[in-house]
Amino acid sequence: MAPWLTILILVPLVGAVALALLPGKPGSGLPRQFALGVSLLTLVLTIVVAAGFDAGGGFQYVEDHTWIRSFGAHYALGVDGIGLSLVVLTALLAPVVMLASWNDGDALTGAAAGLRPEPRWSSRAFFAWMLALEGLAIGVFAATDLVLFYVFFEATLIPIYFLVAGWGGHDRSRAALKFLIYSLVGGLIMLASVVGLYVQSAKAGPPSYLISDLANLDISTNAGRWLFAGFFIAFAIKAPMFPVHTWLPDTTEQATPGTSVLLVSILDKIGTFGMIRFCLGIFPEASTWATPFVIVLALISIIYGALVAIGQNNISRLIAFTSVSHFGLIVLGIFVMNPQGQVGANLYMFNHGLSTAALFLVTGFLITRRGSALISDFGGVEKVAPVLAGLLLVSGLSSLSLPGLSPFVSEFLVLVGAFKYSAWVAALAVPAIVLAALYILLMYQRTMTGPLREHSASITDLVPREVLAIAPVMVLIVLLGFWPKPLTTVLNPAVDATLSHVGVSPAAPAVDATEGSQQ
Amino acid sequence: MNGFTAPSIEYALLAPFLIVVGAAVLGVLVEAVAPRRSRYWIQFLIAILGLAAALVSTLTTVAGRLGDQPKGTGGVIAAMGALAIDGPTVFTWGLLLILGILGLLLFAERGLEGGVTSFAGQASALPGTEAERLASAQGLEHTETFPLLMTAVSGMMLFPAANDLLTLFVALEVFSLPLYLLCGLARRRRLLSQEAALKYFLLGAFASAFLVYGIALTYGYAGSMGYAQIAEAVGSRTSGHGLLLAGIGLIAVSMLFKIGAAPFHAWTPDVYQGAPTAVTGFMASLTKVAAFGALLRIFYVAFGGARWDWLPLFYVIAILTMVVGSVLALSQSDIKRLLAYSSIAHAGFLLVGFLGARSLAASGTNDVNAVQAVLFYLVTYGFMTMAAFAIVTLVRDSSGETTALSSWAGLGKESPVVAGLFAFLLLAMAGIPLTSGFMGKLAVFTAAYRGGAGFAVVAAVLVSAVAAVFYIRLIVLMFFTERTGDGPSVATPSWMTTTVIAVGTAMTLILGLVPGPLLEMLGRVAAFIR
Repeated sequence: MAPWLTILILVPLVGAVALALLPGKPGSGLPRQFALGVSLLTLVLTIVVAAGFDAGGGFQYVEDHTWIRSFGAHYALGVDGIGLSLVVLTALLAPVVMLASWNDGDALTGAAAGLRPEPRWSSRAFFAWMLALEGLAIGVFAATDLVLFYVFFEATLIPIYFLVAGWGGHDRSRAALKFLIYSLVGGLIMLASVVGLYVQSAKAGPPSYLISDLANLDISTNAGRWLFAGFFIAFAIKAPMFPVHTWLPDTTEQATPGTSVLLVSILDKIGTFGMIRFCLGIFPEASTWATPFVIVLALISIIYGALVAIGQNNISRLIAFTSVSHFGLIVLGIFVMNPQGQVGANLYMFNHGLSTAALFLVTGFLITRRGSALISDFGGVEKVAPVLAGLLLVSGLSSLSLPGLSPFVSEFLVLVGAFKYSAWVAALAVPAIVLAALYILLMYQRTMTGPLREHSASITDLVPREVLAIAPVMVLIVLLGFWPKPLTTVLNPAVDATLSHVGVSPAAPAVDATEGSQQ
Repeated sequence: MNGFTAPSIEYALLAPFLIVVGAAVLGVLVEAVAPRRSRYWIQFLIAILGLAAALVSTLTTVAGRLGDQPKGTGGVIAAMGALAIDGPTVFTWGLLLILGILGLLLFAERGLEGGVTSFAGQASALPGTEAERLASAQGLEHTETFPLLMTAVSGMMLFPAANDLLTLFVALEVFSLPLYLLCGLARRRRLLSQEAALKYFLLGAFASAFLVYGIALTYGYAGSMGYAQIAEAVGSRTSGHGLLLAGIGLIAVSMLFKIGAAPFHAWTPDVYQGAPTAVTGFMASLTKVAAFGALLRIFYVAFGGARWDWLPLFYVIAILTMVVGSVLALSQSDIKRLLAYSSIAHAGFLLVGFLGARSLAASGTNDVNAVQAVLFYLVTYGFMTMAAFAIVTLVRDSSGETTALSSWAGLGKESPVVAGLFAFLLLAMAGIPLTSGFMGKLAVFTAAYRGGAGFAVVAAVLVSAVAAVFYIRLIVLMFFTERTGDGPSVATPSWMTTTVIAVGTAMTLILGLVPGPLLEMLGRVAAFIR
């Protein structure tokens, strides 16, 4: 069989290198067309892969080659339902982001000129970094060897760093550095655990970093808890959870909307994905042991993120804090350790990717038109840009989990799971829904409704390119809101496998719950 | 007395070393007879052919004779017990010779100073005098640098091969004295260079004195200079422990001085800054290789039995070295000083790997052992350091190399390729994946953790985070900071420096992607003969 996953990783990466090296005169539109073409090709290939995926078949498209025998490291790829859903999300959002950021690689003009300083490099480099990021992100979600995962995990930092520092706002260098240092520190703490796992593995025989081998290791309780902590800290920084979330608002405030989407919708999922794959997959005992602590952190993230979001005047920061709240819900769903919670969390990872992408991109169109990201600078925009206002409303409603839009299904399942775990936990998490309505609707009300403000009058409505970019995301949000079954079918077996490894028997049929919520 | 018995010398096995010594001696002769105009090329050819021949000889004869033996037995005690030619020795020889060739290319670079090498035109002319001006006006250059380099390389080859303490001492002096001299020969900023040389010489002399004292005490304890005899005494003697401990301590001081570990690191930044950059690169990479080779052998072979006496000491020193190197690097404003502190931090990481010492019985065949990990790290470190210093020689303003960090601002605009390569090397030094630096760190951390030094690994990981900050700050400076004033320009070098940069970065990339073959090869050879 063809090495499909390797192809999925290589197509964008080779595209990025080719884009960087190919000749072309500055200012030409060719580089971005090429990048969009490559990402669309990747999307087509991903759809082929997804179509051939057998929901009940465990890890598929497996490739396994010895990479570094002395370390026991393998070049091993494979996807289960969880991995596949995130690979699809990545391949889907990449062309969307590129189309939406068509002109963000160049210097801004007109009203937006004051928003960001001159880019440091050409738009060709902008799109090359985006392609590189796409390839590396697919690699992260497809890696089934810990060292390979770590390599991709760290490598994704570099494109984001350059995307923020090269094309971001006025404080971009500091924001990019803050992001990089937080992520590196997390990664290095994880490295200590990675090395520790090697020792555990070498004690048992020839060392191996394959996740399937690591999952069967007999790790002593004490060692397991320490190693778990290393992984969890890294993923909590990535996700990001309270109290290590502070890099996220600073970064999204400075980044271009497209970069923010790639960062929050895709890369931050590595955190929650890693919690499922590594924390639960390798350290079931330690994960159960840490559950109360993690749930408290998740609850704080949910409430704190939502409360702070209400107080934000900067739209990009607001969305970042809503994400902190949503990631709290995802982590809560993972660690309540029941099928409803985990299916909900996995769905949420996909749906949050969609709704946040929509929110960042639509507000990005708005911000670029006005040259300001401050809510107080807008007012009455719906009168001059009805399409934009409509799309903002839909993406906002999806972010606050309105029934009928896809995030609702996932949020509902997470809350059901939380309720099964403890009514108190659920009671503490539910106010997030009310707070979400507050921060989204207040933002909408202040920017879109009311009398038309002086500088908002010049805001034009969306151009066809922007509508085209955002349309697939909108369609999916609605479609998956009414018919989440394709996703849940793929996710359920993977969730069951995770839970039975942790020691929870997947008794309650999660699919029924999903369908029940729609009736 | 039975009269004189001629020593038996395994000439074929020692050929690589003898070729380098021979080339060095020949170089001195050439200096006496060849006319000034043709000396440069004659010296360069002798040196490069000598190194290449020695490398070929290492790869064929020596490696061939050791290759077909099972692990740990493929060694020969040569030259009446003075030298041990085994896997680690042959490997370090190969590495030293390859890095030596790269160093030689930096020494011979003439494209950066307008047709002359970057060494002083006439070292005896006082700085700032008429004689000095005359010497530069005539385009004089010192070609003695080539035999000096060859002598240093020969001493470095002897150092990790030494199998008794006396040979160890001789080797130390043979490679140190040419380095002291080379440090003082900069063409520009000569006072700084001479100060560095004097400082290095005085402190180095102290370190040698420590070594001699340590040797004397160890001899007093074991009754022999030979490593095997010392190991035997450590295993069997029950009295005189104090003598042994003092001996170990004093020998450790001199070795730690050579590798630039805290608290014996104070010379490193001054000397790295003052010495001609070609010499700095040569010294930074080759001295570490040689000194770590020797450190591993003496402590694992001779003092291996007393492991629990010296491991705690090295535990503290490894952590101290990493912390000192990384934290002080944060406040540096000169690129060469920054790289010096970075090399101190790397010495600390190497020492972490060194802590992975285990008893022979406990070391499995499947997993990474300490010797393997440290030697691998030395390969990665050697190449990236050489390439980094080669790039430092290119960044210049009207007064020569400009090493102040402030003048490196905006280099990414001035020359994206050079800045990009340097950024890549910095990422490697920081240990970011897809570079050899990450694999090296993974190897030493793994070996240390496996050897039971888990706490040192956690400390090393935290220090890596601090270290990453100053490497990345340098990248930020090059790419994201606007240049001030005229800024630096990037000189176009001849093929020599270009080769060094190309080889160094290529190795850094290749070892980052496929470290497997080299690690496995090291796994086979990384056992000392005892």
